[in-house]
Amino acid sequence: MATVTEAEAPPLAPQPAPKPPKKRGRLVPYWLLLPGLLWLVVFFALPMIYQGSTSVQTGSLEEGYKVTWHFATYWDALSEYWPQFLRSVFYAGAATVLCLVLGYPLAYLIAFRAGRWRNLIMILVIAPFFTSFLIRTLAWKTILADGGPVVGALNTLHVLDVTSWLGWTAGDRVLATPLAVVCGLTYNFLPFMILPLYTSLERIDGRLHEAAGDLYAKPITTFRKVTFPLSMPGVVSGTLLTFIPAAGDYVNAELLGSTDTRMIGNVIQTQFLRILDYPTAAALSFILMAAILAMVTFYIRRSGTEDLV
Amino acid sequence: MMTTETSGDVRLTGISKTYGSFTAVHPLDLTVPQGSFFALLGASGCGKTTTLRMIAGLEEPSSGTVYLGDQEVTHLPPYKRPVNTVFQSYALFPHLDIFENVAFGLRRRGIKSVKKQVEEMLDLVQLGEQARKKPHQLSGGQQQRVAVARALINHPKVLLLDEPLGALDLKLRRQMQLELKRIQTEVGITFVHVTHDQEEAMTMADTVAVMNAGRVEQLGSPADLYENPQTTFVANFLGTSNLIEAEVDAKSGAEIVLKAGGGRLVLPEARCSAPTATGGKVLVGVRPEKISLVHADEADAIPDGRNRVTGRIAQSSFIGVSTQYVIDSPVCPEFEVYVQNIDRDSRLAPGAEVVLHWNPEHTFGLDAAQDIDAGVETAEEEAA
Repeated sequence: MATVTEAEAPPLAPQPAPKPPKKRGRLVPYWLLLPGLLWLVVFFALPMIYQGSTSVQTGSLEEGYKVTWHFATYWDALSEYWPQFLRSVFYAGAATVLCLVLGYPLAYLIAFRAGRWRNLIMILVIAPFFTSFLIRTLAWKTILADGGPVVGALNTLHVLDVTSWLGWTAGDRVLATPLAVVCGLTYNFLPFMILPLYTSLERIDGRLHEAAGDLYAKPITTFRKVTFPLSMPGVVSGTLLTFIPAAGDYVNAELLGSTDTRMIGNVIQTQFLRILDYPTAAALSFILMAAILAMVTFYIRRSGTEDLV
Repeated sequence: MMTTETSGDVRLTGISKTYGSFTAVHPLDLTVPQGSFFALLGASGCGKTTTLRMIAGLEEPSSGTVYLGDQEVTHLPPYKRPVNTVFQSYALFPHLDIFENVAFGLRRRGIKSVKKQVEEMLDLVQLGEQARKKPHQLSGGQQQRVAVARALINHPKVLLLDEPLGALDLKLRRQMQLELKRIQTEVGITFVHVTHDQEEAMTMADTVAVMNAGRVEQLGSPADLYENPQTTFVANFLGTSNLIEAEVDAKSGAEIVLKAGGGRLVLPEARCSAPTATGGKVLVGVRPEKISLVHADEADAIPDGRNRVTGRIAQSSFIGVSTQYVIDSPVCPEFEVYVQNIDRDSRLAPGAEVVLHWNPEHTFGLDAAQDIDAGVETAEEEAA
């Protein structure tokens, strides 16, 4: 207690000039910004610059690389690997659409209908994160194994005939086909779709549904005209959070696919780690980044949700 | 239009709502005449909003039927009922502009050319200029008017208003009360208005139903409810009442003579809703503004035939148009008296001995079996 009384005395002494604390207060935001900023500079900006310079170097492993502003690497990389680029966009796009189709009803259920089960279902959605990404993908290898129950069932139901005809599977195999890769991507990124969707649906005032019903909207019209438009921020962030990492992913294609399903992520990985052609690998990375940025910008503009996000 | 049928009354017969073991609304019969401004008044949790939602179709009744005119709508979903609601805090669609909010109901009914109707409706609520703004860009009062326009444009048989003015400040609320009343007179649609604000109910409604604990306590015109309360809840919830416990002494003609705290009070039999056997207990009530207050020295000047109570001023608060006194009297420890500011008697200060007197015609009698303080706390809570 004595310390408290002592501590209380000083404020009665001459007040410090009001200016210094104000100045310090104004600097606080910058001090708070500093750790994150440093982190970004060291682990994001510097590697980017390094990779950027690598992408315009020429030379060989034996003689060493030099910056020669050799931009042709970009053109060479693109003309050689454009099929993998296209495939990445296509697979990631398919996985995103599947995630949306699977995730939206679930997010809707959790937000509006789950009641006291809400927390349990949320935990189940997040539960896969408790195990490693790699192990989960390997598990899919077992699930889709040749002659396994899943493939057997799909075969019996003649689903595989249809998917083979579409070119998604090959014969009576699912593993090592585009379908397997898209399934893996969908599975791995589904929570990234569900969580933002849930957040934006949960924020919708339930009275808006009542108001729409009161104004002659059938339940399906209420969904079309009120619920879905109001969940657009969730749809946009969910699709971005799914599409962007899926487009650059290489684990699913590596474990569940074949040489015919190589995505751009696999190419970059091979260039970096096996062929050790650093300039090409760096150039590919930059092309991927630019492509994704362009697509995302276009998408956000089109969905007209800039003011909603 | 939808309002041309022979009868557009809203009729609730034996309607009730229970949630598990909790009864929100006890079986209730209610008729709202076509074209009237009807208020359901009560404290929060009294069942008034549940009743409204059962008319709207947002709540399924546990028993009973709902008729709109000749049509039974008890089990119709809301989107099939010719009824529209102005929701508490409005529930405007945040992603649509004002024009589209108002046009929403018309579009859902497949009406293609909505422009003219919407513009007329926006003019009626004086929001023509704001058509292309989003709801969040408007003030509370403007949002409230959009909510009214969005419902009214559909020409419903009944417009339901669920505490529509609750979110507005006092001044705006007064203004909107008059505005809503004007609109109702202009369009002639039946309004059912739910509110906890007794002043709001009395200013706007033709008929008020006072609800308490899932039941309608009393139904009537505002003046009737105020002058002739039938229960202690209504007496205390609607304005202020001084209630005195008294014993029936004798009956003479149309008057009942009562004994209270050594004094004698007269009550017209017609104004007593309680059984009046000689020797039985009755609660005698009088409104604070009906009472005259004189200093004890001038007690002789009081005309004969008036009810009198003696006491001492405990508190006085001057509020301009009137002075509110609290009198400590043998019949009632906190007798409230409002004296209009005409001539102020400087002797009427705390501690002064006084005599209260009023015309026996202004006395009302209630059943003494009730809680004498029913509605007092709820009225204070709602006012806070």
